[in-house]
Amino acid sequence: MAEEKIYLYPIWLRVWHGVNAILIMLLIATGISMQYANPDYPLIRFDWAVSIHNISGIIMAINYVIFLPSNLATKNRRYYIDGLKNIVPRMMRMIKYYLTEQPKKLPSPFPVTKENKFNPLQAMTYSVVMVFFLPVVITTGLALLFPETIVKEVFGYSGIFLTALLHSAIGFLISIFLIIHIYVCTTGKKITDNFKGIITGYHHIHK
Amino acid sequence: MKSKTIVAVFMLMVFWGQQGLSDRIVDMESEPANLESNKHCFSCHGERFYTFENEFSGSIERKAMNPNFIYNPDEFYQGVHRHFSCTDCHSPDYETFPHNAELRLDMMFSCMDCHGGDDTYAQYNFDLIQDEFYKSVHADRHFETFDCWSCHDPHSYRLMTRDNFRTAEIVSYHNQTCTECHQNPDKYQLVMDGEMPLLEDIHSFLPNYNLHFNAVRCIECHTSPQDTMWVAHNILPKEMAVKNCVECHSTNTLLMSSLYRYQAVENRSERGFFNAIILNDAYVIGANRNQFLNIASLVILGMVLLAMIGHIILRIIK
Repeated sequence: MAEEKIYLYPIWLRVWHGVNAILIMLLIATGISMQYANPDYPLIRFDWAVSIHNISGIIMAINYVIFLPSNLATKNRRYYIDGLKNIVPRMMRMIKYYLTEQPKKLPSPFPVTKENKFNPLQAMTYSVVMVFFLPVVITTGLALLFPETIVKEVFGYSGIFLTALLHSAIGFLISIFLIIHIYVCTTGKKITDNFKGIITGYHHIHK
Repeated sequence: MKSKTIVAVFMLMVFWGQQGLSDRIVDMESEPANLESNKHCFSCHGERFYTFENEFSGSIERKAMNPNFIYNPDEFYQGVHRHFSCTDCHSPDYETFPHNAELRLDMMFSCMDCHGGDDTYAQYNFDLIQDEFYKSVHADRHFETFDCWSCHDPHSYRLMTRDNFRTAEIVSYHNQTCTECHQNPDKYQLVMDGEMPLLEDIHSFLPNYNLHFNAVRCIECHTSPQDTMWVAHNILPKEMAVKNCVECHSTNTLLMSSLYRYQAVENRSERGFFNAIILNDAYVIGANRNQFLNIASLVILGMVLLAMIGHIILRIIK
């Protein structure tokens, strides 16, 4: 079987992605540990969890600030913009592919090319995560780091409580995204293909 | 002894018929019983400056009042002793000026002189408070210099935990009781020789010092709560203070047996939140989980995992 490789992930993107991956895993582990803190079954010591979560969150915010201009300044932005065109029917087509065709190893209706890195589901999911989830989780996280900046009361509820609720809800959705993201990455020709790709920068296409 | 009898008779007269109220013995609504007669004392002791006629020179003199002897009448009349006359506790000889210097050597009443062993105040557990105080580090290390008045000013003492005060007000009021000495070198060094450590320095292990100090009371970590009393009085040595975050940051939070104890009895749980009552004032990570959200998140996670397992099976059987 012929194999072609295309250079899809420039070094800045791989570094950004790697840093983000480590931070998100740290944030999820420490976040769960704090949210479900139990003196009898400590997952991570509470004060350590707080410190790791705070430091990781700050680096995450800086990483996001680096990502935005980098993405806008490079051609990487077009993967998001082009990927969202005519999104609904293309997404439905991709869902059909994942459910019925991919398990049979049939070719994707939206194969990875240098011009089209994301399939419609990826474009939609990554856009929601990058444009909505991350800004919200970072903003609420920074607010919780400086709780004196949060409105004291909103409709009779504590502002800190509502901020924390939003922060943990979005954090949970990011956790779900991470689980699905990692699973989908195992659906390459070989289970490890996509993981190698994000490390080397090259995406392997089997023809 | 005569003064004690007057106080006892007075208390019976003022509070007769109030037994039906479970939490409030003192009538906080009506006009203070001795508003007029106390004006004489407050005319000097309620002000920063006082004036008097010097009988020898015949001149009117204006002097600064010793700050330790200034009492705010508004605070006095908001306090639990609001119906008292000053001379119920202080010698009637104080009514003459200049005051006799020997009066300052008079033995003062202690809380237990009036409140000890009296069923009228049984709900306040004064005897238990005394026992707990004797066990506390304050009594243990400073027995000669420490008494109830060291922390509680009878001229302004208010019942915070049994009334309609917001938790933030209770926290502020109770913490002020501690910071009166622990943030004031002049008072701190009345009982301690060494330099007063800064609270912020000795609590630097807290992730957010100000947030904690505005949201919870010092006694949450520095006492061992008692089942039968609202406010714990056994101040522990600093080595025994709570430093384990999860003592508060868990569903079994100790805040429910201390700061939120009164409200907790009133209202156990709302809208599926663990320790819901805390949500009226604050949010304590680990303590304020919502069981519905917990279930919803587990269902979503389960569905995702099931879908993945299904997909894996499809990949295997092709």
